[in-house]
Amino acid sequence: MSKGTLFDKVWTAHTVGTLPSGQTQLFIGLHLIHEVTSPQAFAMLNERNLKVMYPQRTIATVDHIVPTEDQSRPFADPMAETMMQALETNTTDHGIRFFNVGSGSQGIVHVIAPEQGLTQPGMTIACGDSHTSTHGAFGAIAFGIGTSQVRDVLASQTLALAKLKVRRIEVNGELPHGVFAKDIILHIIRKLGVKGGVGYAYEFAGSAIEALSMEGRMTLCNMSIEGGARCGYVNPDQTTYDYIKGRDFAPKGSDWDRAIAWWQSLRSDPNADYDDIVKFDAADIAPTITWGITPGQGIGVNEAIPTPEMMPADERPIAEEAYRYMQLSPGQQIAGTKIDVCFIGSCTNGRISDLREAANVAKGRHVALGVKAFVVPGSERVKQEAEAEGLDKVFIEAGFEWREPGCSMCLAMNPDKLEGNQISASSSNRNFKGRQGSSSGRTLLMSPAMVVSAAVTGQVTDVRQLASVS
Amino acid sequence: MSDSSSAQITTISGHGLPLVGNDIDTDRIIPARFLRAVTFDGLGEQVFADDRQQLADHPFNQKPYQEAEVLVVNRNFGCGSSREHAPQAIARWGIKALIGESFAEIFFGNCVAMGVPCVTAQGDHVTALQKLIEQDPTVEISLDLESMNVTAGDLSFAVNMGDGSRQMFLKGTWDACGQLVASAEAIAKTAEQLPYVNWAAS
Repeated sequence: MSKGTLFDKVWTAHTVGTLPSGQTQLFIGLHLIHEVTSPQAFAMLNERNLKVMYPQRTIATVDHIVPTEDQSRPFADPMAETMMQALETNTTDHGIRFFNVGSGSQGIVHVIAPEQGLTQPGMTIACGDSHTSTHGAFGAIAFGIGTSQVRDVLASQTLALAKLKVRRIEVNGELPHGVFAKDIILHIIRKLGVKGGVGYAYEFAGSAIEALSMEGRMTLCNMSIEGGARCGYVNPDQTTYDYIKGRDFAPKGSDWDRAIAWWQSLRSDPNADYDDIVKFDAADIAPTITWGITPGQGIGVNEAIPTPEMMPADERPIAEEAYRYMQLSPGQQIAGTKIDVCFIGSCTNGRISDLREAANVAKGRHVALGVKAFVVPGSERVKQEAEAEGLDKVFIEAGFEWREPGCSMCLAMNPDKLEGNQISASSSNRNFKGRQGSSSGRTLLMSPAMVVSAAVTGQVTDVRQLASVS
Repeated sequence: MSDSSSAQITTISGHGLPLVGNDIDTDRIIPARFLRAVTFDGLGEQVFADDRQQLADHPFNQKPYQEAEVLVVNRNFGCGSSREHAPQAIARWGIKALIGESFAEIFFGNCVAMGVPCVTAQGDHVTALQKLIEQDPTVEISLDLESMNVTAGDLSFAVNMGDGSRQMFLKGTWDACGQLVASAEAIAKTAEQLPYVNWAAS
């Protein structure tokens, strides 16, 4: 059992008590809600005649269903409009702060909370969305929940939970050129598997992690859930504090100094006990890309798609299913795979640094003939910042569409979808069958730089080779 | 006071439905387009919508399994999106319990909160049960959460579940809401001791 880790300290600080079942009643410091997983929770609350216990500790935004082209109301999709109205009504009725479209602060829930300073070290954070693990980048214990649990948090600001085990994942050394946080997490999931993290919180550490920006750490923690870990975190440090300082909801004045002291005290002790420790060498990580139908089916861009003989027997059936679905052959090089659609955005890679990295590759190049490519900023603030830097012009000149903020084609609950068996190069987080809106659509996950590399060449291309050509 | 009473769940018996395969994600269980709704109504009919459309003999399409109440799955079932719509779709289709090699964490938690037990068992036991159901879809499967055992025909094997969740079924507190709300005082005390709660208020 772990002891002395940040996870242990935050868990203890938020423990309300032990329930008769033996589970912990855990206080939730920040509850984030959106339009997809909250309406039924509010309905359950209303049925039971319960009120929201701490309305000021819940923050709402709308992201999954918002169109990224025409956002005028009512939305063209009547169901999306209904969901939007439900959230507007529920937040008004219960006195919950709502960052609506056009407020200047709307965006993907896992983008807006950090950028406004709502996400802070030492908090417990829950949201009806599996990518809540993103917020662990700040040294928070953040995890996704279902709708019944959204109801529980609204009603009591607490959840009934069993404590997770803690696995420390160290990545040491320097990342090679052209390798990003996205590649680190795809590499980790490739090695530990999509269920390797079940029952664990992942503590990411080591010199390569410490060297990451906050946005890189968010990308990393975001995809912990893809490795089966309900939450992932990085111990807070100066990078964390520098990022938070001055943001809207950051502690101010003398509270700031108290905050730093508290946050420092929560860092995992040097002699902390872990349930497991795994180490990786940053130098071994290449630009990584998925070829199959789970995020664990990833390879370096210069590798061939693995053959069944190369895998443990229990991974072969889903690999066979992936070859068929993806229309790719074992032994085939992934580089050179023709691409139809390129998507940059999502809670994984829709932040300003992601757009800068993408624009850096797009600059002076042009999207290949026959490829549809679009960029969806993660929030209204990201969009505004990108436009202030002229990134929108770089993308538009390079042949990309420049859209309004939202979840877009990550999960295609809005008009952005693949058609037929189109294949996408996507900076998002899931390559599941049908994930991007077509039941035969295919997704290759990769970093934003690699997506641009695919867009301008029309095929999967090692972004490092592209750089050497220019 | 809210209705906090949820029924005790100790045994579940019924016909089985074998769904073979690892890493079946919640996007497959219920594709995102069916999440464009403000209720869970009608989700049962859409369970595995795309998989069933693409595979005519998908187990959820097969006539002998239409009355099934126990879903038997393999490894990492319910991975991916946290959408409760996935277990809601499965439950509304008619499933009352799941037996598998392993379950994704959030999916498992959602099932507990809905009163649908998910128990794990050794891979060879799960496979044997799936084969038995394929041979005889009418075989009665019985899951006992007190003895943590499954029986079906001549098969009998041990199953596992985290004790906290198991107790919630046995005590009838799987709907935790009322119990959580009842400790309002202790909640306030915990909140008060958290430094950031006071910063926010200052």
